[in-house]
Amino acid sequence: MARTLSTCLSPVVLASVVGACAAWASPAAEAEQGRLIATGGASSIEGGAGGGIIPWAMLAGYDEQGEWGGNAFATHVDLPDYTLDVVGAAASYGNRVEISYAHQRFDLGSLVSKLNLPEDNLTQDIFGVKVRLFGDLIYDQLPQVSAGLEYKHQNDFLIPSLVGAKRDSDVEGYVTASRLFMGAAFGYNVVVNAGLRYSRANETGLMGFGGDRRDTRSVLKEGGAAILFNPHWAVGMDYREKPDNLSFAGESDWADFFVGWFPSKHVSVVLAYARLGEIATLDNQNGTYLSVQGSF
Amino acid sequence: MGRSLWLVVGLSLSLLVGCAQQPPKDDSLYQDLGQRAGIQKIVEGMLLHIAQDDRIYKYFAKVDIVRVRDKLVERFCVEAGGPCTYTGDSLEEVHKGMKLSRSDFNALVEDLIAAMNEQHIPVPTQNRFIARLAPQRGEVIEK
Repeated sequence: MARTLSTCLSPVVLASVVGACAAWASPAAEAEQGRLIATGGASSIEGGAGGGIIPWAMLAGYDEQGEWGGNAFATHVDLPDYTLDVVGAAASYGNRVEISYAHQRFDLGSLVSKLNLPEDNLTQDIFGVKVRLFGDLIYDQLPQVSAGLEYKHQNDFLIPSLVGAKRDSDVEGYVTASRLFMGAAFGYNVVVNAGLRYSRANETGLMGFGGDRRDTRSVLKEGGAAILFNPHWAVGMDYREKPDNLSFAGESDWADFFVGWFPSKHVSVVLAYARLGEIATLDNQNGTYLSVQGSF
Repeated sequence: MGRSLWLVVGLSLSLLVGCAQQPPKDDSLYQDLGQRAGIQKIVEGMLLHIAQDDRIYKYFAKVDIVRVRDKLVERFCVEAGGPCTYTGDSLEEVHKGMKLSRSDFNALVEDLIAAMNEQHIPVPTQNRFIARLAPQRGEVIEK
């Protein structure tokens, strides 16, 4: 049978293969999805490319200079007393600018009957824009640094207003940096991310913006890290600091621990354990997070 | 007695200093890639993937593929810390006028990874090797 590749692969065969392909292929197939696999990230719950609960500095899709990219996603978070469902999409151009949309629906579950609530779910729409300012996730001297703005509109403001939220829509900004360190953990690649957010969103905005305790924006820390066991599998975590604007209930910082699978540049799946802590008086809201994304 | 002892100490010291100045070259990556034969298999596998790669085959259509293979083997051998000499032109010279994009470079990286997977090169070894090549992207693209 075939001996080693180098002995059976004659230069003549090699040359004819390359030449034949060159002769037959179409003249100008435009390059697309020019970035390396998994560098489009997962879809964060606010729509932009990221980890699970925070945006990272990479942009959605796999576009490089002169190319378009994007994705659509659906995420389900199953908590002891609540569920969160998110659908959304993002598009980016030239690995430079990203626009995103997400619709969140937060089902109040057992809280509805316990407190005799007038509504059984809260929804919000999030429009985001993110710009890569400088640097590169893998190449270049500097890490990839991006800045973003999010306009959020809470659609069911009755309950948030009753517990002290001040407004049903707001704009918030963030700056975030991401970098892949080659072979940094036992020879495996590691992606590290750190960011700052300027926000007064209660429970990311599902409980409105600003509150009786505090109505100004806070600087909030975000961060995450992932280890890539190969280009298709990542394991990592996200952390998101949250404000505490409403006196009726505590608001916990969030964290998640995820496994990401990128079988191709068209599909990715993230399964996570989400530690969301206290939400609207109910503590220990820790559960499973599942997100499926299609990229183009 | 005293004089010869100092002579021995002095000689030992000078030997130590000499060793410190010329540390043995780290060729562990070269070994892990399977030495020159392994590197040649990787290069040939990469070129076969390129031949089927709609994104970048065109850049290789009119080249002397045997020379490209030989120079790539030399280059990769040197980058891996192996006992080779690169006799080709500078990277900037080779890619002048090709105006390769970032996407083209990534396509080649993907073809290289595919070839290393076929040779069962462990991921940490692949990462070490790619980490040596990645900083040279600036000498290849947009020339």
